Amino acid sequence: MPLFVLRRFIQAFNVLFVMSLLVFAGVYAIGSPLDLLVDPQATTEDLARAAAALGLDQPLWVQYWRFLVRAIGGDLGDSFIHGSPALGLILERMPATLELALVAMLIAVLLGIPLGLWAGLHPESIGGRAIMAGSILGFSLPTFWVGLMLIMVFAVQLGWLPAGGRGPTAEVLGLSLSVLSAEGWRHLILPAANLALFKLSLIIRLTRSGTREALQQDYVRYARAKGLSNTRVVGVHVLKNILIPIVTVVGMEFGALIAFSVVTESIFAWPGMGKLLLESITQLDRPVVVAYLLLIVVLYIGINLIVDLLYAVLDPRVRIRRTSE
Amino acid sequence: MNTNAATVLPTLAVEHLTTRFASRAGVVTAVDDVSFSVAPGEVLGLVGESGSGKSMTAYSLLGLIEPPGEIVAGSIRLKGRELRGLPERDWRTIRGNRIAMIFQDPMMTLNPVLRIDTQMVEAIHAHRRVSRQAALEAARSALGRVGIAAPDERLRAYPHQLSGGMRQRVAIAIALLNAPDLIIADEPTTALDVSIQAQILFEMQTLCRESGTALIWITHDLAVVAGLADRVGVMYAGRIVEHGSVHQVLEQAAHPYTRGLLDSTPAAALAPAEHGKGRRLQQIPGMPPSLADLPAGCAFRLRCTRASSACEQLPALQSPAPGHEVRCFHPLPQAPR
Repeated sequence: MPLFVLRRFIQAFNVLFVMSLLVFAGVYAIGSPLDLLVDPQATTEDLARAAAALGLDQPLWVQYWRFLVRAIGGDLGDSFIHGSPALGLILERMPATLELALVAMLIAVLLGIPLGLWAGLHPESIGGRAIMAGSILGFSLPTFWVGLMLIMVFAVQLGWLPAGGRGPTAEVLGLSLSVLSAEGWRHLILPAANLALFKLSLIIRLTRSGTREALQQDYVRYARAKGLSNTRVVGVHVLKNILIPIVTVVGMEFGALIAFSVVTESIFAWPGMGKLLLESITQLDRPVVVAYLLLIVVLYIGINLIVDLLYAVLDPRVRIRRTSE
Repeated sequence: MNTNAATVLPTLAVEHLTTRFASRAGVVTAVDDVSFSVAPGEVLGLVGESGSGKSMTAYSLLGLIEPPGEIVAGSIRLKGRELRGLPERDWRTIRGNRIAMIFQDPMMTLNPVLRIDTQMVEAIHAHRRVSRQAALEAARSALGRVGIAAPDERLRAYPHQLSGGMRQRVAIAIALLNAPDLIIADEPTTALDVSIQAQILFEMQTLCRESGTALIWITHDLAVVAGLADRVGVMYAGRIVEHGSVHQVLEQAAHPYTRGLLDSTPAAALAPAEHGKGRRLQQIPGMPPSLADLPAGCAFRLRCTRASSACEQLPALQSPAPGHEVRCFHPLPQAPR
């Protein structure tokens, strides 16, 4: 197992390196941020001075080399706009996004698995069909529209919940979180529900098809023949088998939630990383965009590692293959 | 081998059991008017080709027929208690407890993601309130009884870490856990090597004799039945067409289908003929009929050389000798002994 983790780390560094190259070149290609940063009335000398100060006068490979050398020391550069370290800016916004993504994923998993199981056990029933119809809606309605509708109904019409913003936060271990207060939850629940809807539909469908497949297996019939209760057959024998694909998808989707909850964060004015990325792109704030994407790569690699470790817990056959590898 | 069935209450008495499935092709009768009984410690071999209704008979006996299937007629009495029509809750106290089942492929039936100890302990806890320690102890001793060395190590293993023979022994140990009155084994040795098959057959026979557990052994292999069973039922298209002691069915087969099965087993051809060469294997002409499209009357008549127009009616069971029953208008003549 340590060997496996070590190999994953080496792999991660390779991916990071390639990714940094691609992102750096990509952002460079978008255009020079100077035009946006410097006053339009500035002289050519001013422009040249600004370019030299930011290192933008150098050719791409020199710029990349400088970036790389500093990045190895943990410095991903300063934001052109804010003047402070790009990584710090992102990490500052991270708790808000993590919190939102985590709550959304929890909603999706805690509702999705039971609903999917139920729909899989009673595929012909009215309830089962209703769940499936609902999941199709959840799949096909665009996120931004659902977000707007949620605001319309719960904030504007009913006035139960705030339309946006994060509300008060509490500091825990240096992180400012909303989930600790009732008021924080009131702000959190609409964007979280909005983000959860698509994932929820996905998990419902995945669980349902997994359940239906598992029910046909001989081990289910055998478990029944042993006289086990239905709860035990479904809750242990079926569930443990179908969790494997669900864990994969949840892991991947969780990464996506953190990285790209941009739309929801914009609609609900949620001060998370997604909003920062959007602003940085429109302002051509290169260091922030690069740092952001690299951070996401690290995040995905970390999540994938956790998923792989979870596999080993869930599926003993994977464990064997790995040790014999 | 003569069990005095009249005096001993049979472990299981099945009468006129009929199980139907509603399918798109129409109503299929998978088990058709099947009657038999098994006495304590007795081994009944249930023989037939694939699709003859053997497995469906087994699932019927365990109440495991699910819609669109349904037991539409007959009775299943376990030690005199009627099981047909029991609510699901009561069925659950029978399954794995009074009637245990062993399936064909233990790779498919043992849950791949649960350890052996989990699967054994849950089988005990489904029927008895005992501590986990006591359940583990019972599991350990059951593994010992089926000849598994180092049971503690096996208990912590997952199914894929065991060999095929070992897995089937575990399945047998699970069947023994609650000391059932009856074990139904559905082709449990088909997937195993011949040498291991022989060991397991012998062990099952001994275990059942010792504990007085009745055993129904479902197979397509007449050689297995010859070595194991006390009595034999031959199934064809959902019906029992011949039924009797192992000696009566295998050596004085009266039904043309049984005769055909016997002639098509390699063991029959292995017996040296005149010049020391094996005989050519005989085949039963034609294919087993689809259950959805059975001919009226005797289902075998279209493949039978002895069939006449009388066979368009369903023949009743007749008895060429005491304890020997055959469902045929033209049974093979019995060789005088």
